[in-house]
Amino acid sequence: MSDYENQSASDKELQEFMMIEKQKAQVNEQIHEFHGICWEKCIGKPSTKLDHATETCLSNCVDRFIDTSLLITQRFAQILQRQSSGGM
Amino acid sequence: MAHVDKSEIMDQVKQQIAVANAQELLSQMSTKCFAKCINKPGTSLDGSEQKCISLCMDRFMDSWNLIARAYGQRLQREQSKN
Repeated sequence: MSDYENQSASDKELQEFMMIEKQKAQVNEQIHEFHGICWEKCIGKPSTKLDHATETCLSNCVDRFIDTSLLITQRFAQILQRQSSGGM
Repeated sequence: MAHVDKSEIMDQVKQQIAVANAQELLSQMSTKCFAKCINKPGTSLDGSEQKCISLCMDRFMDSWNLIARAYGQRLQREQSKN
């Protein structure tokens, strides 16, 4: 391989690495956000372990929060569409 | 770019991300567990407050991991839909 080819292969690998790390960081950031929200909803007084009801609440909380975000996104898009098609 | 530099950059990036993640956890943990455990701030942290804080930190990590798992499962479900 020439120096140039070597370098561009290396750049590509680095770019790919950065893209993957960025995605991982975004997922992580999302987990922090969900956790902040669901901690408030589901956790009472800290005890020696998470009981079953709390575990169920936490995992439902994540799913329902995502459902809510999707629903709101859809409805919001509809509102915008109605407004732009002359409604107001 | 020399080969050595690239893996050095990768390591640095990974390390910086790990540090940022730890800082975020630490800061959230302080805020959330202070709110849960310190009702009326006194002249020092008493024994029961300290115990509450240590339970809170453990439950914080448990719930964080549970949420990471639940989110991971949701992402997989969404991907298999498409």
